Amino acid sequence: MGKISNQAVLQKITARFADQISVPAEPFGLVTFETKPEHIIEVLTFLKEDKELKFNYLTDITGIHIPEQKLSIGVIYHIHSLANNIRVRIKVFLDGNHPKIPTATILWEGANWMERETYDFFGIIFKGHPNLVRILNVDDMKVFPMRKEHPLEDPNRVDKKDYFFGR
Amino acid sequence: MTNHPVFIDNDPQKETITLNLGPTHPATHGVFQNVLELDGERIVSGVSTIGYIHRAFEKIAEHRPFYQITPLTDRMNYCSSPINNMGWHMTVEKMLNIQMPKRVDYLRVIIMELARISDHLICNGILGVDTGAFTGFLWLMEEREHIYEIYEEVCGARLTTNIGRIGGFERDFNDIAFAKIKKFLIKFPPILKEFESLFNRNRIFIERTSGVAPVDPEVALNYSWSGPILRATGVDYDVRVNEPYSSYEDFDFEIPVGTTGDVYDRFIVRNEEIWQSLRIIEQALQKIEKEPKGIFHADVPEFYLPPKEEVYNNMEALIYHFKIVMGEIDTPKTEVYHGVEGGNGELGFYLVNDGGRSPYRLHFRRPSFINYQMYAPMSAGMLLSDAIINMSSLNVIAGELDA
Repeated sequence: MGKISNQAVLQKITARFADQISVPAEPFGLVTFETKPEHIIEVLTFLKEDKELKFNYLTDITGIHIPEQKLSIGVIYHIHSLANNIRVRIKVFLDGNHPKIPTATILWEGANWMERETYDFFGIIFKGHPNLVRILNVDDMKVFPMRKEHPLEDPNRVDKKDYFFGR
Repeated sequence: MTNHPVFIDNDPQKETITLNLGPTHPATHGVFQNVLELDGERIVSGVSTIGYIHRAFEKIAEHRPFYQITPLTDRMNYCSSPINNMGWHMTVEKMLNIQMPKRVDYLRVIIMELARISDHLICNGILGVDTGAFTGFLWLMEEREHIYEIYEEVCGARLTTNIGRIGGFERDFNDIAFAKIKKFLIKFPPILKEFESLFNRNRIFIERTSGVAPVDPEVALNYSWSGPILRATGVDYDVRVNEPYSSYEDFDFEIPVGTTGDVYDRFIVRNEEIWQSLRIIEQALQKIEKEPKGIFHADVPEFYLPPKEEVYNNMEALIYHFKIVMGEIDTPKTEVYHGVEGGNGELGFYLVNDGGRSPYRLHFRRPSFINYQMYAPMSAGMLLSDAIINMSSLNVIAGELDA
């Protein structure tokens, strides 16, 4: 196992998508890079169908909201090459007001519910998704609850503010 | 309520029957709703509705210090909550670069494998009930009770264990705990053998389960299946072997795989995994003998709560206690993914940290959620009674499905 090193994966990806991906990093040995929504399907297809890399297993799709960033909504893909026993994390950041990204269900059936869950919590529209409706929350919910503008606790509560703890 | 086409379908001339299987149906073992279109006994199509016990763990986790997230993980797969607890501890330890002493790793392995056994016992026992054999279930429940007694000895709780801490265990295993584990290793195998002799070659059971809901490995991978049900299709993917955590690389065990991925194969794979787990526990007990005694946590005072006597009598311990409880410890700004082999498959924790006292974002990759999405599509064309045992052998746990 572990027949391909992170370096080899990175070389192949950068050779193919030199200017379409960000500078890759390896936090805790997991190859991580960013790309743009218009390239994501191309990148995923390449990784999945390359004869050597064989990233044929979609581990997870999830979202993140970072309001401080200009592109505030992120979609994070974890994909896994079972044959080579290596993982890759791909991040795509989108405009927070109209987050739209093509669906990955054309590559993996398993992406269906993962994308529905991500839509449910972050409001990310996966273009081309066969059934993009809420999955865990109630159907008539109006907001996307995992966004940071929806605090869990009463925002007027002061006893838990960070400045009490020197931050 | 417009999301579910079957609800608004009131065509008086339609020839199929709409059946609400669930949300509270005794045959579904949890809060699962499937709206099925039936043509006689055969399912034409189905829609799964989930989220009945969604408790927003990911949102809650953004407001809790790291050590307070462990009880949330308990309530995901409550049939094997120690695995969830350990997976979470290991995620945080990976982020903080804490290296565990070998003895702690082995103690964790023992607890995780016991949890795997209890998870598989439940699944296989209930599969027996659903196919009409109650005896096996009652036979195994007593053994699950013995596993819970071991948990009790280690952490005091039985179901939602909250076992271990970030940096090790809350206390060392006492002699009674070791004695109970050893007794379990002697008493349990004959009972499992008896259970297997009730089922494995039982003609009624084989005819009931063999060939029901077979799955091709390509389809299973396409749906991101993991765990015993993926291995039953013939794919030997096991996180314990592919990316060993908690010193699983020190152990000698096999990954049982099936061939057709039908209900019978899943049953056999789970049973075989119980035997492998027993092997692992035996090896772990032998390895612990060789390790220095009394070590049950790593030496990380910044993250591991000091004992209470020291807090009252020792300045450093009091400072660390305060800092840990108040979440004053600096943590790296980073992101980490850690996967463990849960009872149902790859349980992943994706943690994004901004250096604060709680995660900036925490996502649980829940195997039940991902495994279950194939249930409705694969039920099409199946008999209703087969769909019931198919759900039973997927071992979807509602708490993990909805998180």
